[in-house]
Parts: sequence; C-alpha cells; structure tokens
Amino acid sequence: MAEVAESPGDPGTASPRPLFAGLSDISISQDIPIEGEITIPMRSRSREFDSSTLNESVQNTIMRDLKAVGKKFMHVLYPRKSNTLLRDWDLWGPLILCVTLALMLQRGSVDSEKDGGPQFAEVFVIVWFGAVTITLNSKLLGGNISFFQSLCVLGYCILPLTVAMLICRLVLLAEPGPINFMVRLFVVIVMFAWSIVASTAFLADSQPPNRKALAVYPVFLFYFVISWMILTFTPQ
Amino acid sequence: MAAADDLAFHEFEEATNLLAETPDAATTSRSDQLTSLGHVAVAAGTGSSYGAEDEVESDKTALLQAEKPQPGFWTFSYYQSFFDVDTSQVLDRIKGALLPRPGHNFVRHHLRNRPDLYGPFWICATLAFVLAVTGNLTLVLAQRRDPSIHYSPQFHKVTMAGITIYCYAWLVPLVLWGFLRWRQGVQERVDPYSFLETVCVYGYSLFIFIPMVVLWLIPVPWLQWLFGALALALSTAGLVLTLWPVIREDTRLVAVALLSTVVLLHALLAMGCKISLLSSISSSRCLWSRWHLQPK
Repeated sequence: MAEVAESPGDPGTASPRPLFAGLSDISISQDIPIEGEITIPMRSRSREFDSSTLNESVQNTIMRDLKAVGKKFMHVLYPRKSNTLLRDWDLWGPLILCVTLALMLQRGSVDSEKDGGPQFAEVFVIVWFGAVTITLNSKLLGGNISFFQSLCVLGYCILPLTVAMLICRLVLLAEPGPINFMVRLFVVIVMFAWSIVASTAFLADSQPPNRKALAVYPVFLFYFVISWMILTFTPQ
Repeated sequence: MAAADDLAFHEFEEATNLLAETPDAATTSRSDQLTSLGHVAVAAGTGSSYGAEDEVESDKTALLQAEKPQPGFWTFSYYQSFFDVDTSQVLDRIKGALLPRPGHNFVRHHLRNRPDLYGPFWICATLAFVLAVTGNLTLVLAQRRDPSIHYSPQFHKVTMAGITIYCYAWLVPLVLWGFLRWRQGVQERVDPYSFLETVCVYGYSLFIFIPMVVLWLIPVPWLQWLFGALALALSTAGLVLTLWPVIREDTRLVAVALLSTVVLLHALLAMGCKISLLSSISSSRCLWSRWHLQPK
C-alpha cells in the first residue's frame, strides 16, 4: 500500500514512491530548528512547590515579610520614582505604623476628662477611614490605581509622622517651655512635608493631569490632621 | 402640525452638527466627555435662559446621554459621574460662590448641568477640621493670656463639628429640594433644581466659612463680628440669588418664608461655629476648676 501511492506533484513518474515521499520537499524542518527536549523540567517546578510558604519555617516567613516591610520603609524615607510600593503592596506596614501611632497618641485611662486627646479607637478610625476615603476619592476622579495599592502607599507614608511622634515624646520629657514647643513644631512640620512629598511621588502619576490637585488636596488634609494630633499631644 | 415639523427638522440639523463634532471629542486622549455620562436631565434649550454656549454643551450632553445607557446606581461608574470635574472647574465654582453676582445664577452659570459631589464633600470636611483646629488654637492663645485656663486637646469637637456640618450640608438641601418639588406640583412653572444641584449650592456656599473661622483667631471682638457678618452676608446672598428665579413665581408668602428660613438656618450655622470656639475656653476653665478644686 505504501508503494502504490502517487506523489502529488509528480504525475508522470511510474515508479512507486514511498508514502509521503514528497513531503520532504515542502517540510520546513531544515529552515527552522525544531529540535529540543520534549520533557518539561518537572524537577525544578516541584522544588518550587515544595518551597511553597506552607512548609517553610516560621522564622523564614516572618523574616521575609519583615524584610519586605523594611524595604518599603526605605523607599518611603528616600522617595524616588519607583514601583516597589505599588507593585508588591502589603498592609503590614500600615498596620504596624497605625497601631504604634495610636498607642502613643491615646490619652491615658487615668484621666477621665471628657476633653482630652483622642482615644486609641479614634486614631485608628481616622487613619483607616481617612485612607479609604482618599482612595475612593482618587478612584472616583478617574485615577488608575488599585484600591489596596493606594491604601498601602498612604499607610506607609505615615512613617515620617510616626518618627515625629517618637521625637516629640522624647522632647516632652524635657522641661516644658516655648523652646520645647518650637522644637516640636519644627520636627512636625518637616515630617509633614516629608510625608506629603513621599505620597505624591507615588500617587500623583496615577491621576489624570488636570485633576492632580483635586486628588492631592485630601492627602494634604489627612496628613495635616495627623500632624495636628501629634503636635497637640500633651502627656497627662 | 407645521410647528411639529419645524421642531423635527431643527433637531435633526443639530444632531448632524453634533455628530460631526463628537468624533473630535472622542479622539482626545483623556476623553472626559466620554466618561461624563450626562446623568442630569437636560433642558433642551427651550424656555430657560441659556446662552449659546450653554445650549451647545447641554445638547452635547444630551447626545452623549442618548448614545450610552445610564449606568445603574449599583455600578461604580454611576458615582464616577458625580466626580467628573477638573481642578479649574472646582476653582471656578468656588469663586462663583464666593462672589455672587446678581446676573449670574450659580446653578446655570457655573454648574451648567454638571453638579459634582467633590466640592460639597471636601469643603465640609475641611470646615469641620478647621473648626476643631481653630478651637484648639483659641484655647492655646487664651491660655497664654490667662494661665488659669487648662489646655487640653479637645478631640471630641472634631466629631461634633463633623456631624453637625455634614447634617446641615446634606439634610437641609434635601428638605429644600423636597419642598420645591412639592411647590412645583402645586403650581406649574420652571423646573426646580435637582437634588445634586441643591447640595452643590449649599456645599460651595459653605466655603466662605473656612477663612471666616480662621480669621476668628484674632481676639478682637468687633473684628470677629465684622468678619462673621461679612461672610454670612456673602454666603446667604449667594443662596438667595440662586433660589430667587425658582420661587419668584410662587406666592409672596411662600417665597418670603422660604428665603427667610434659608437665611435663618445659615445664620444659625455661623452662630454654632462661633459658640463652639467660645465654649472651648469656658468648658476647659470649668472642668479645670472642677478637677482641681474637688476635695480629695
């Protein structure tokens, strides 16, 4: 049967040709090298699955997340145009910063005055609901940043203000007076400016060009309120 | 019959003009016209005091509205249509509310059928925080003069100020809009403003209170009264001038009652701001004395 078949482009030849003999004329295997391994390298992929985060030691997990958080802190402290905060967003950093800030800002349970500083829950609510409101605002204005990316950036940029809170707490241990207040005012203003610069470096590009000011103003208001809470903090 | 034919022909001509126009609009890179989904009912240029420019823009929004179906209120793009403003537009609206002119109706001239929620929301937020911050600052300044006052950052004021201002800026327009709709049902006349336009008018009219509150830091009483009166006059003038065309065909009694209620509520808000600043001093003084003079 194989010898009887005719080749398609050669009707006049009487001698029997093997089946698919003329195929080599039209095959392209000489032009394009199609050699290679058929087997999928399963070994390395299975190694990846083995090192999935379920089986590693707890220390590895914690250190990896802490390193990611620390890397983002560095990006906030030295803001330049980079995508790290946006690409690998996480909310651990904002949570740590918010809890630290709220713990330091809350008034003690000893004084029972109605007019005092904010409670822990008030600071927490202001930070998180403020960040959510600003994110919704920038998305409604037409920005192309995702919800959690924006929360991540706003949360991480509280870092300078948390540092300011620590410094203010230390300065308040000294004797009160106008110099004390001027030092605290100066530190808070510098850190406030730093927060604004860091967050606009990350967020401004995602807004349409004729609405940048509309999206940045709520960020300004947000950090202004937090700076105000830090500046007016008085230990009881 | 002839009139209907004339109308039909007129519309078709305008539609062809706009169809020729919209390709240009579609090819801009940041096509804001396409994202604005023209949710507001458009008065098709008949019978209201539109200029030529307004007519073209309102017809353009009418055409775009006809092209795309209105998104439902559960979709995100429905709410995005309320934030479809540029920085220059917001600044222009603020300027229009700050300096009301008798000829220019705020809604027709500045809003132009595109009311936004950005202005009212953030102006109210700013006013609430400015009130709280100024209250704190007055306390600090009072303490410098009178050391018996005990300073405390009165944080609950933020919550109180926020709730009051937001309720005023959103519930009063709701009541006003409902009342105007009811009056429109009773008497046929020009259509009243939509709810969002009323909220816009009130929101932008609150802007003048922000510098007023900041200027109240100056501890000279007659100057504070002067600033308060000036800000209140400008703000209520804006409100009255905006509402006048809508209710001028109504009966005298209703018109006067409505306008005086609006002015009264606005004045109450200004008084409330002043009282919250004053009470910060008095409450801290009385709490301090209560805390320190109690027998231990």
